[in-house]
Amino acid sequence: MKKIEFIIRPHKLDDVKDALTKIGVQGMTVTEVRGFGRQRGRTELYRGSEYTISFLPKVKIEVLLSDKMADEAIKAAMEAARTGKIGDGKIAVYDLKEVLRIRTGESGEAAL
Amino acid sequence: MYRQLLTMALAAVVLLGAASFPGFLWAEEKPAAEAAPAAAASVAADPSGAATGTIADVPAKEAGKPTLLEVAETVGHNRISINMMWTLIAGFLVMFMQAGFALVETGFCRAKNAAHTMMMNFMVYAIAMTGYWIMGFALQMGGVGAIGALSGGTANLSNEFTITLFGKEFGLFGSTGFFLSGVGYDAAIFTLFLFQMVFMDTAATIPTGAMAERWKFSAFFIYAFFISMITYPLFANWVWGGGWLSTLGKNFGLGHGYVDFAGSSVVHMVGGVTGLAGAMVLGPRIGKYGKDGKPNAIPGHHLPMALAGTLILAFGWFGFNAGSTLAGTDLRIGVIATNTMLASASGAIFAALYMWLTYGKPDPSMSANGMLAGLVAITAPCAFVNSVSAFVIGGAAGVLVCWSVFFIERVMKVDDPVGAISVHGTCGAWGVISLGLLADGTYGDGFNGLPGTVRGLLYGDPSQLVAQIIGPLTNLIFIFAASWLFFKALDATIGMRVAPEVELEGLDIPEMGALAYPEFHIPTMEPIGGSASRRSTAPQAMAPAREGSR
Repeated sequence: MKKIEFIIRPHKLDDVKDALTKIGVQGMTVTEVRGFGRQRGRTELYRGSEYTISFLPKVKIEVLLSDKMADEAIKAAMEAARTGKIGDGKIAVYDLKEVLRIRTGESGEAAL
Repeated sequence: MYRQLLTMALAAVVLLGAASFPGFLWAEEKPAAEAAPAAAASVAADPSGAATGTIADVPAKEAGKPTLLEVAETVGHNRISINMMWTLIAGFLVMFMQAGFALVETGFCRAKNAAHTMMMNFMVYAIAMTGYWIMGFALQMGGVGAIGALSGGTANLSNEFTITLFGKEFGLFGSTGFFLSGVGYDAAIFTLFLFQMVFMDTAATIPTGAMAERWKFSAFFIYAFFISMITYPLFANWVWGGGWLSTLGKNFGLGHGYVDFAGSSVVHMVGGVTGLAGAMVLGPRIGKYGKDGKPNAIPGHHLPMALAGTLILAFGWFGFNAGSTLAGTDLRIGVIATNTMLASASGAIFAALYMWLTYGKPDPSMSANGMLAGLVAITAPCAFVNSVSAFVIGGAAGVLVCWSVFFIERVMKVDDPVGAISVHGTCGAWGVISLGLLADGTYGDGFNGLPGTVRGLLYGDPSQLVAQIIGPLTNLIFIFAASWLFFKALDATIGMRVAPEVELEGLDIPEMGALAYPEFHIPTMEPIGGSASRRSTAPQAMAPAREGSR
């Protein structure tokens, strides 16, 4: 089982969500985050004084998947989230040791 | 579906019946005959209003046949009625400016302090009103004498304490009208009180902006009594209460004496200068200045709130300036209101343009300050200038406020979160001086008890400009000294500023016990290491995740 984190541009959320659900992903968790990579921040002016926005708003999507869905999900999300400009984001893949469903107590693949 | 059709048909029948019912009544009614007025006969309905209000409504011994004296009595009463209504309604508009100030200041501050900033602006209305009722009004207006526009018992406001200097009488403060009791319990005096109170409240609320985000609420609470009972009333007496600044003309031949029509200096400079003193005593917010002394931007959390508040202020200003005639029968009010409006527009435009050309983008917060700067500046000269002068005065204020903000922030290194010192102090001074330059002599005959209209330098009276310089200088010295000493005393006794941990966490919970935006915080039971909050059992908020180190 895998946990995959997608950090993407906020306006790409709907596209990525649609792409994932189309290939059969059944659930996801979304958080609003801030960060920077090579995109760096920007300097803005407020009442004539400079201030740097180093952390840019992004969206993080977390999904829990079986191993065989992982590759498909990565490919689908990557295509949906890509604009070709710096700041598109990153995908991180983790091995998922265990997962349980709170309502029923199921565990393992049945809980995905 | 049939049920729906049936319901609709029933509704149509009922509606048609109801609509035709009055028609049935009307068809049966006879038009009113020449019934004797005393009879309780029916009277013709008057939908256009053209027949409502006739000679029969003039109170007279013989109904419908008033004598000339009876007509004159009604005319006099109506004249005062129009004036009193105008003054009251204008006063209600100015009261609403309190909401405008609250929104502007809170919008320019950070979310973690929103409840505290709002609360200061909310309570200053209540506290300052109380202090003013107790003694502020009496000190300010106790010796102003009869106010022709409102008449009534205003003639009893006749006790002014004076001293004699250089062989002339210098009025210092009044002494009638404490608690609005005794001869103060008078319809016209109550009207005057309401109107003057909301002006005082405007001055009282201005410093809360300059001192926001680090001022202890308990210190603010005491301050609100001080400004409403002492500093504001004294200066206002000198300008509006018959005191020595207004008699500079009578005593020393300086124009019509010091003239400030609606309060660029009496209200706005008092507020701005008090704010300067307070901000200096408080010191800058944590993180405002870097180690090299360079100012850091601390953006406000809600620009829409701030700009909406600015428009509310612009609306209320119609009451502020045009209401200062105290007379709806003084038809200069149209000129005053329009001048006010024009200055607000040019203030906003020129501030926006200045920021756009200097820094590349039209800064919304400075544009808002620009509109307010134009309004503050036109407040003194609004009754005395033409529309071109009004536009110029406002536009100059729009640029002046930008320069002033930068000067105060970067050179004087005084932290003013909302620009209050610049908007109200600097541009208030510009306002009274512009009167000394541009008053064009088309209004003001009899102002401050002297014949002839009010003229500035460019229209033939250089002595008015001299008076217009003495006024703001007096304001700066007196208000700054008195306020600074007061704030220092407050600091030495109960302390003016919140503890650093409180400032970093945000004042809402430690000072108010309530968050402005609880749904955007994750409350925990953990105090922030050594927090100064006294209620140890109350849940305290974690510093919100998006705040960063400031």
